[in-house]
Amino acid sequence: MNDGNAKFDVGKWALIGACVLFVFIMLVVPLITVVAYALRQGFAVFRDAILDRYAIAALQLTLFTTVVCVAVNTFFGLFASWAITKFSFPGKGVLSTLIDIPFSISPVIAGLVLILVFGRIGWAYGFFESLGVKVVFATPGIVLATIFVTFPFICRELIPLMQSQGSEEEEAAALMGAGGLAIYRKITFPHIKWGLLYGLILCTARALGEFGAVSVVSGHLRGKTNTLPLHIEILFNEFKLTAAFAVSSVLVVLAVVILILKNIVLHRSKGEV
Amino acid sequence: MFRKNPKVIPGFGLSLGITLTMLSLIVLIPLLSVFIVMAGYSFGEFWSTVTNKMVLYAYRLSLVCSLVAALINCVFGVALAWVLTRYRFAGRGLLDGLIELPFALPTAVAGIALTTIYSDQGSIGRLFAKIGVKISYTPIGITIALVFIGIPFVVRSIQPVLEKLDPQYEEAALVFGASKAKTFLRVVFPEILPALLTGFGLAFARGLGEYGSVVFIAGNIPYQTQIAPLLIMGKLEQFNYAGGTAIALVMVVFSFVILFGINVIQRVVDKA
Repeated sequence: MNDGNAKFDVGKWALIGACVLFVFIMLVVPLITVVAYALRQGFAVFRDAILDRYAIAALQLTLFTTVVCVAVNTFFGLFASWAITKFSFPGKGVLSTLIDIPFSISPVIAGLVLILVFGRIGWAYGFFESLGVKVVFATPGIVLATIFVTFPFICRELIPLMQSQGSEEEEAAALMGAGGLAIYRKITFPHIKWGLLYGLILCTARALGEFGAVSVVSGHLRGKTNTLPLHIEILFNEFKLTAAFAVSSVLVVLAVVILILKNIVLHRSKGEV
Repeated sequence: MFRKNPKVIPGFGLSLGITLTMLSLIVLIPLLSVFIVMAGYSFGEFWSTVTNKMVLYAYRLSLVCSLVAALINCVFGVALAWVLTRYRFAGRGLLDGLIELPFALPTAVAGIALTTIYSDQGSIGRLFAKIGVKISYTPIGITIALVFIGIPFVVRSIQPVLEKLDPQYEEAALVFGASKAKTFLRVVFPEILPALLTGFGLAFARGLGEYGSVVFIAGNIPYQTQIAPLLIMGKLEQFNYAGGTAIALVMVVFSFVILFGINVIQRVVDKA
């Protein structure tokens, strides 16, 4: 629609300029800042900061938490989206809304509720204590908090896709005697695979970076219950700016990889549907 | 309803069972603990905690900063969605790809980066310090962090609607002599309004609860930059779980109201 205008369209370029400037200041400058500060005292300092014993322990905990969280949420997402899109039952709308709760609740509150259940004052404390399992201020609490915060991620990507697909094909297959697993693998899965991958990517990104909820339940024990974002907080509060930004740059690289993957997935899925 | 729709597709019991069990164990039961714990206290205790002057200040600060940030995001969100769907220019793909950066970048990283940029010695903060405006450790800084975190919500809500909206109508309005501004307000704006409201609600809710990106730039000064999530965190660090829970309960109610609002909007739109 703009090609018809032979003269220079001032409004169009002013709008593009304003948007580019906004994105540059709000999004690009922070990225550049992280990298610039990480390297400002030279590569040796940078290397020492990311190879620090506590930084590596934190990275391991973060990766472990992310893998468990993504696995649990994928399991949930696949079943929940199946139940919600392939059947009609009373209370479906309510169920769908309840699944979204973690989206609109502060991560700090997500951490708080875990303390209220599993902490020393919580009603489940005695039970886990007798099993010898420490939940709050230990790894299980961190994993649970991360799962809570990212709970709807995969489900939310799958539901609209499966809804727009309808369920006629699955019904036909079922009437012809196909089993549940065969229907899923042959009919449903090919439709949702890109959506699932997209959800996995978003969930991974959030799980890697989760801070508020984990901060409440972690207990901040260095080398034990510190995730990478918490390690960054400690370094920053100790005024070790270069180290904080060096460790951050590891997460920035992951974030950029995630963004690129996301765009590839989005591009592919548009090409196929 | 059940009779009309016989369940030929297998797996209803299994999938609903797993869904309900996991949802209850991970989300609902822990969340209900907030109400159970509060039931152990009298209403007077609850009320005096949440109407404490410092707490009221924190709620107001959280609400105002999130609201302003969400409104700023509405303006730039509409502009960005418009530019991304209606114009073709070099770097459009890159601009589009960058929008989700706040989702991909860990909030703590964003938080320390923003704090450094907008501090008195920082690359942007320095310019403002010259004219006597402090950004880091003030409500302006909090708002900037919340704008950062809210950008994708508004853009990604509006973009699909604009993509589907046929530019023919806009062209027709222009051909008939309507000005560009009028065309936008009369033809485009009504179409994107529900999506804009959804995006606004999502950004607002996220801003109210946001912690990681705000905690550093806020600085946690009571009566100045202490937002509600920071106040809850402070109570928890003093092991004042009842106090933290009381403040959280009010926040949960805020969140539910917003979530409910979004759902109502979406339902109205789906029916229309």
